[in-house]
Amino acid sequence: MSPVGRRLVSTAVSGLTASAALLVVCPLLLIFGFLLYQGVSAINVDFFLHLPKPVGEPGGGVANAIMGSLIMIGLAVSIGLPVGILGGVYLAESRDRRLPWVLRFVADVMNGVPSIVFGIFAYTVVVLPMRRFSAIAGGFALGLILIPIVLRTSEEMVRLVPSALREAGLGLGLPEWKVSLRIVIPAARAGIITGVMVAVARIAGETAPLLFTALGNRFWHQGLDQPIAALPLQIYAYAIAPYDDWHRQAWAGALVLITLVFLASLAARLATRGRIVAR
Amino acid sequence: MAADSISGVGTADGLSLPPRAVSRGRSGLGDRVYRTLILASVWLVLLLAAGLVAALTWESWAAMRAFGLRFLVTSHWDPVAGEFGALPFIYGTLVSSLLALLIAVPLSLGAAIFLAELAPAWVRPPVAFLIEMLAAVPSVVYGLWGIFVLVPWLRDWVQPALGRSLGFLPLFQGPPYGIGMLAAGLILSIMIVPYITSVSREVLLAVPGSQREAALGLGATRWETTRIAVLRYGRSGLIGAILLGLGRALGETMAVTMVIGNRPEVSISLFAPGYTMASVLANEFTEATSDLYVSALVEIGLLLLVVTVLVNGLARLLVWSVGGPARGARG
Repeated sequence: MSPVGRRLVSTAVSGLTASAALLVVCPLLLIFGFLLYQGVSAINVDFFLHLPKPVGEPGGGVANAIMGSLIMIGLAVSIGLPVGILGGVYLAESRDRRLPWVLRFVADVMNGVPSIVFGIFAYTVVVLPMRRFSAIAGGFALGLILIPIVLRTSEEMVRLVPSALREAGLGLGLPEWKVSLRIVIPAARAGIITGVMVAVARIAGETAPLLFTALGNRFWHQGLDQPIAALPLQIYAYAIAPYDDWHRQAWAGALVLITLVFLASLAARLATRGRIVAR
Repeated sequence: MAADSISGVGTADGLSLPPRAVSRGRSGLGDRVYRTLILASVWLVLLLAAGLVAALTWESWAAMRAFGLRFLVTSHWDPVAGEFGALPFIYGTLVSSLLALLIAVPLSLGAAIFLAELAPAWVRPPVAFLIEMLAAVPSVVYGLWGIFVLVPWLRDWVQPALGRSLGFLPLFQGPPYGIGMLAAGLILSIMIVPYITSVSREVLLAVPGSQREAALGLGATRWETTRIAVLRYGRSGLIGAILLGLGRALGETMAVTMVIGNRPEVSISLFAPGYTMASVLANEFTEATSDLYVSALVEIGLLLLVVTVLVNGLARLLVWSVGGPARGARG
């Protein structure tokens, strides 16, 4: 082919891939546009402060659902965070041949396991023995989703800490645990926070693992061993119900949820802004 | 492995430790507690993974014993009569996922090539950012959008048009409900596109620059460089990225449940309502009354677990083969 022809092909392919990229981004604009268009009208102060109203009564809010989501995210983080960070430190520092490879592989595969399967697991090991749906079961299911994400990002971040820092601590005679907890982990803190925020953004929107663990609740929560509301569950319930008023609430709830998720993602980016070289 | 070269001092038991002389007498206990905690976390994660498999196997034992392999190939799902055949769900999961891949793969690979190789530098960060945002949208929000925007659009415009032009194919026959296999495949494709795109992009970025320089040095154009030097080098990683997308599609629950119609039938037409493995779990798990019913549902969950673990395991090995295990953590 002539040089001109080859250059033309190259330009044409650039154009094609550019339009693919454009098409890929389109749904985001469409979805966000519709959320704003449909959701904003139903959002007011009541929406954040009140319980859901029964069918037919206008108004009402999702205050209990937002609260429930926050509680379960808190539970998930308190279960998953220590395990994830310590596991990440292990992956970054271990000189063993096989175990880190196995752990890394298991974590990555767990990351791809459908979230509803974690729901079933939480059902069999928490709900069945307790004989009731509960916030604990929901938090446990979300924690399982959080662990592999935190684990792998912590590993990457601990790895980025210069070994000179660690060696300096050890050289001063500090015990290993102090070097890890006081020098290495604080040095990697921003990156670890990023990982946690990414994980929180993911679990905040999870619905499937809560269906038969947290179950949902139209009232304020009554303790961690009781069924509890969650924002994604509430959106789902409203969306599949046959009432227009509830559909409006679903759009408003989705707008709130996606705002929370985007804020968490944004926080994740800001935490490491300028500190990590873009890949 | 990279880990070996990074940590300075190390011992045979796997964790880096200060030389004995430094730590003796001052920190023995603290270090022992710390090391125990770390190893406990490691084993906890591994045990949870093993427990996941064990618990699901245990709970589905009754269904496995009652139906055996028949469970996978019969399509009679009748909780009242205690007859459970999972074929419609397996079929629905496979067809909706493959449909999603068919749409998503060319788009995502195109977008990834654009972002990693061909786009001007100033375009890359904002587009990559938008795609990551797209990946962060919760499933239930996609479902909501699917019900109220995508489904009416399919029902009023796309399906009648497809029926008129391609209606001779059995794939596009039947009344245009909007909800159904086509809607499920479309929403799934929208959901996995950002995922495949960002992993493929990372794979392409992991291809060494010397590959590109060699091709450019021989006088290749941008696209020829990409085709000859980059895509061929990253091929296995790209297949891995597609498999990761497939794994995501197979287990996706909420959005699909909201648009697929939830009817346990095997139908060749993409217009017809269907059902997937994940959807039947979402819809029926809390309603399951008999032990056998629960057991049958858990068996579907186990099946889903096994399939996604196989797909993801293979995908990880392929992605790692290009960039090494430190990459792909974000997936």
